[in-house]
Amino acid sequence: MKVLVSGKAEGIILKSEKSINFLGTVDKKTGIISDENHDLYQKSIKDTILVFPSGVGSSVGAYTIYSIKSNGTAPLAMICTKADLTVATGCALANIPVIVIPDDEFVTLQTGQKITLDTESNSIISQK
Amino acid sequence: MELTKDEKSALKGEQGETLETAYRILVATGEATDAEKLVPIEWAHLSGVNYNTIGDAGEEFLSSISKNARVKVKTTLNPMGFDIDNVKNYDLDENFISKQLSIRNSYETMGVIPSFSCIPYEIFDIPKDGTQVAFAESNAAIHANSFDNLKTNKESAFSALASAIVGKSPYSSLRKEDSPNITIRMKVKNPNELTYGMLGFFAGKVGDTSVNISGLGEMDKRQTKAMCGGMGTSGTCAKFNFGEGDSDCEKIDFDEKEMQTVHDELNTAEKGDIITLGSPQLGLDEISDLAGKLKGRSFQKRCMVFMPRTVKEQSTKIGYTAELERAGCEILADCCTCLSPLISKDSVDAVTTNSIKGAFYLKNSNGVGVNLKPLLQIVEDETR
Repeated sequence: MKVLVSGKAEGIILKSEKSINFLGTVDKKTGIISDENHDLYQKSIKDTILVFPSGVGSSVGAYTIYSIKSNGTAPLAMICTKADLTVATGCALANIPVIVIPDDEFVTLQTGQKITLDTESNSIISQK
Repeated sequence: MELTKDEKSALKGEQGETLETAYRILVATGEATDAEKLVPIEWAHLSGVNYNTIGDAGEEFLSSISKNARVKVKTTLNPMGFDIDNVKNYDLDENFISKQLSIRNSYETMGVIPSFSCIPYEIFDIPKDGTQVAFAESNAAIHANSFDNLKTNKESAFSALASAIVGKSPYSSLRKEDSPNITIRMKVKNPNELTYGMLGFFAGKVGDTSVNISGLGEMDKRQTKAMCGGMGTSGTCAKFNFGEGDSDCEKIDFDEKEMQTVHDELNTAEKGDIITLGSPQLGLDEISDLAGKLKGRSFQKRCMVFMPRTVKEQSTKIGYTAELERAGCEILADCCTCLSPLISKDSVDAVTTNSIKGAFYLKNSNGVGVNLKPLLQIVEDETR
């Protein structure tokens, strides 16, 4: 497990098995996924603990993450299996905690679970 | 990542809010790329310039940070949304224009050179071999690592900006000697720039950080740029290593079948209503070549030609601009096909282009159809 951006958040998991291209497929005003080929199509990532493999695509996607935070439509925290710079730097600027976890831990997290994520705690993820 | 005493103090906010923000971004970048320290860089190239992509939040962020932030090293930047000289010819609203000009102003206030180009490697002098730089534009990062003997991470818009402000960047894997675990073997015969663009797009999908590539043959500038643009579009990979690689490398062929798969994904129209050339933007060599090909011929439909302002100025002096305009081309400086607000699905159904990078963004961002053709065929089919 690796902490990319430290912080604490408590919320409900929204999980995707697919990577997310933030530039172009996340609506900045609503936080809703607009890519019809994505498993989170028409779902809002607002105020969730977003669990997904990684960010992909344009270097400008970092601005999308900053925008959704400014618009109040961002996730409370993100959990990935692969570190990428779009997510790492977008969240660093927006102050959204991000951690990277191994695959065997990824499979244990499910949509709907309520968890606390605290990068300063001994057990970073704790289920309620 | 290990920080020096001074760097730690900046991260804590003891040297002001701007540096605290910049260091927070660099630390996240370093953690994400397994860097053990920060190293000085000599040149940063920024993305996040076009209002079409960064929106209101981006414009406000830049306006705010530019009150205090100044870049510490030579810093250049990507294209914006339009060419101010002819923006009135396009149907762009006042709000877009004023927000874009505010973004330009913020970057200039921070001390960024207003290059508005995605081909910094072609319009600026290349520093000596092995120089550490921080390039956010993906085709430029790949070109710098693969063809210019420079070293850069595939930066995000924010990691490049933070690197410009601090003058340092995380010492990530791409900055060190690397040995890719995949080798792509180019098998397609008689390749043109479109073939190399598709090869790059394919390589970006199968590679992770870097790939070996073999069987390329002699390549001209147009083909080199097409390959870098293609790879930057499809993945996270940011370097070509030339050769077969170690014997234990996984070998993957790029032949007619693989090429057809990429073509089928991006070629969505039989013909285009307009033509766009330049994604990445065209350099002076390509403009000269295009002017030569168009001697005595004229386009039968609109043809937008994108280039950096410095190239437009040189082209005008030499006479290429007049020649291209005579042939019916619309000359655009400071902007690019990719993510252009000047091409709207309200007025255009499909675009003909020779750019794989352009095709991807035209399809997914502009929402228009794409008709792919190499330049020679575009000239043959679309001019008289």
